[in-house]
Amino acid sequence: MTTPIVALAGNPNTGKTSVFNRLTGSSARVVNYPGVTVEREVGRIRLASGEVEVIDIPGAYSLTARSHEEQLAMRAVFGLDGERPNVIVIVVDATQLVRNLYIVAQLLEAGHCVVVGLNLMDAARAAGRAPDVARVQKALGVPVVALSARTGEGFDSLRATLAKVLAEPELGQNRLRFDYPAALEADLEELLPLVDAASPSEARALSLWSLLSLTEEDELTGISQALRTEVRALRKSAAAAGRDLDSEIIATRWRWLDGLRLAVQPAVRVVSMTERIDRFVLHPWLGTLLFVLVMSALFQALFSWSEPAIRATEHVFEWLGDAVRAYSPAGVLTDLIVDGVIGGVGSVLVFLPQILLLFFLLGFLEDCGYMSRVAFLVDRGMRAIGLHGRAFVPMLSGFACAVPAIMATRTLERRRDRLVTMLSLPLMSCSARLPVYTLVIAAMLPRDRHVLGFIPIQVAAMLFMYVFSTVTALSAAAIIGRTVLKGPRIPLLLEVPPYRLPRLPVVGRQMWLRAKSFLTEAGRVILLCTIVLWALLYFPRGPELSKVYSARIDAAPPERAAALQSELATERLRASYGARLGKGIEPVIAPLGFDWKIGVGLIGAFAAREVFISTLGVVYGIGQGDDANGRLLRDKIRAERRPDGPHRYSPLVGISLMIFFALSAQCMSTLAVLRRESGTLRWPLFLFTYMTALAWLASFTVYQVGTALGFG
Amino acid sequence: MENLAQAPHGKPVWIAAVGGDSAYRRRLLELGFLPGVEVIVLGVAPLGDPLQLEIRGCRFSIRKAEAELISITSAAAIERAEVAELKRSA
Repeated sequence: MTTPIVALAGNPNTGKTSVFNRLTGSSARVVNYPGVTVEREVGRIRLASGEVEVIDIPGAYSLTARSHEEQLAMRAVFGLDGERPNVIVIVVDATQLVRNLYIVAQLLEAGHCVVVGLNLMDAARAAGRAPDVARVQKALGVPVVALSARTGEGFDSLRATLAKVLAEPELGQNRLRFDYPAALEADLEELLPLVDAASPSEARALSLWSLLSLTEEDELTGISQALRTEVRALRKSAAAAGRDLDSEIIATRWRWLDGLRLAVQPAVRVVSMTERIDRFVLHPWLGTLLFVLVMSALFQALFSWSEPAIRATEHVFEWLGDAVRAYSPAGVLTDLIVDGVIGGVGSVLVFLPQILLLFFLLGFLEDCGYMSRVAFLVDRGMRAIGLHGRAFVPMLSGFACAVPAIMATRTLERRRDRLVTMLSLPLMSCSARLPVYTLVIAAMLPRDRHVLGFIPIQVAAMLFMYVFSTVTALSAAAIIGRTVLKGPRIPLLLEVPPYRLPRLPVVGRQMWLRAKSFLTEAGRVILLCTIVLWALLYFPRGPELSKVYSARIDAAPPERAAALQSELATERLRASYGARLGKGIEPVIAPLGFDWKIGVGLIGAFAAREVFISTLGVVYGIGQGDDANGRLLRDKIRAERRPDGPHRYSPLVGISLMIFFALSAQCMSTLAVLRRESGTLRWPLFLFTYMTALAWLASFTVYQVGTALGFG
Repeated sequence: MENLAQAPHGKPVWIAAVGGDSAYRRRLLELGFLPGVEVIVLGVAPLGDPLQLEIRGCRFSIRKAEAELISITSAAAIERAEVAELKRSA
């Protein structure tokens, strides 16, 4: 006998995830829906009747679908992508019972075996609007269990009910059949033969689903052409007869729901806590002030609070590398382990502090209900660039790091919105670009000039880079949304849920799951890329060095030995495949004002943008790392001269280089995460191509126009 | 006839009809935005859009452009319609 399946369905914001966590405990694991990057959780539990599998179905207000994502819920319920669930537990918000019952009506109509879980009963009681469980059960004709995922109330009873219903499925079915208008019944007769269904009630339900869901511009898949054609014909003739098909179906269902008279209204309409809080949170200027404060805190957290943890991670891996090197024989294998593998694992883990922090804060804001308010507050502004209000936080996070920011786009429901956001936010000036700008500004821009007479040019340049990156990212979103990812405009419909105390276990769990999926999936790619990049800058290890270094280093006094070491590193790097590649691309980057040394730096920067500095450091033979070396590097770059006299790296080269860094997709981790989140290689390739092309063109224009105007 | 975008804030009004693009209209209907149902416009975002409303004890945000497609009516008109409906069914 196969393991029975219990599916958890329900509206968004009903605490379905907490119910799932309570029910499955630690047995849950995350799986992806076939072919798409929508995750779902699966767990196994033991009931009195034996073991069952519990699956989580995406939250939905209705089974009716327009997008592929919405279709997933319906397909999971009907078992179209796998096994059909034996029982569906519909998690319902007890404080908003009636609104939640529409999807219950749909499932009952389809003949599914249903158990209703009235969640948030504790909150409903506190608000004086707790439904009468026995009455709800009588009205719906299926088992109803009062639950509170927060306190654990009702879970024993839920498990017992599930065992009972699994043994006797009729208990969970009520054979609900709505009396639709005669004309609609006639339409359904036409559709019945065209749908694949296990039972007559299911055929009826799927016909109704098709009639409501299939339109000229839906994004649904796996629908037969015959069914589409018939639905189109039926809708057309209904319209010609002045009938409103949508109303005929939906209003009939609602009439039944309203007739149950289950709505619980407190005798006196009390002003709820949520309303009182919103008077402040959504106040024209107090609310705006709070919004700015919360967003600044979020930004500050990502930008600076994560810094100690990032530093610590780097130090641990440096220490680990040194320790391994100290106890292993010198050679290719040790270098591979230290610089390739340990360095690579370090370059994956270094993202963890920001990812954990962002998802903790995001989960916290989402769970307490503030995130919907953010979407509400910024919607007008985000609409101007064709994005949903929920895209604001991922965009803002892009200023810290594109990797967690891309992962944060999961809060967006539509795939198109997610893609537009993911493809434009890497243009936001992330924190890894900052050290590059700092070096370039210090090394290539004049120190004692001022803009408008009082702003030091170096400050102005930094400010300009931030404004520039914001403008380009927002423009990119607007352009991508109107061209590559052009889609029907979906009007905003945003639920504004009541405020709730954030549930730390839920927040912590989500945070951990995100981190885990980053480490196991994107992390692997990042590690691999690090090793490839290391090899590029490490090989070949031929003997054709100018001197025999090893003997000299052994013989030299310590301070001389260090200098010889870095000289050796420089010579090796200059002979590496990476350097050859750098020289190879010189003709391509020369029109931007870059020489092969910058070319090598650009290749090294793929590991992470700030690596540009250490790679350049090695090219110049001053080792990598600390501040003193940073100043040394700056002076070296300043000192570089062209054969004919002037500075090789003029301010114009510096501006061109910064523009290039601002625009190019110079970061393999971003590309790896984008691959993971978009599910295909297509979008990272697109991102890389368009950003590189943009960067090249912009730097080319700046350098060539600048040179022509005599700034070279 | 008035629409929801013109409704006074904080006072109940009643839906007369929901118009507009089919998929979005269908979504609203499924959430219970049906003729005769009470709605309260709670307010508007600081930037002038979207609106926040309460319907059937739940709160939603929709933009003004879409609110304009929801026509509303006064309490008296609803009562008249209900009486007519009762007479017809009797």
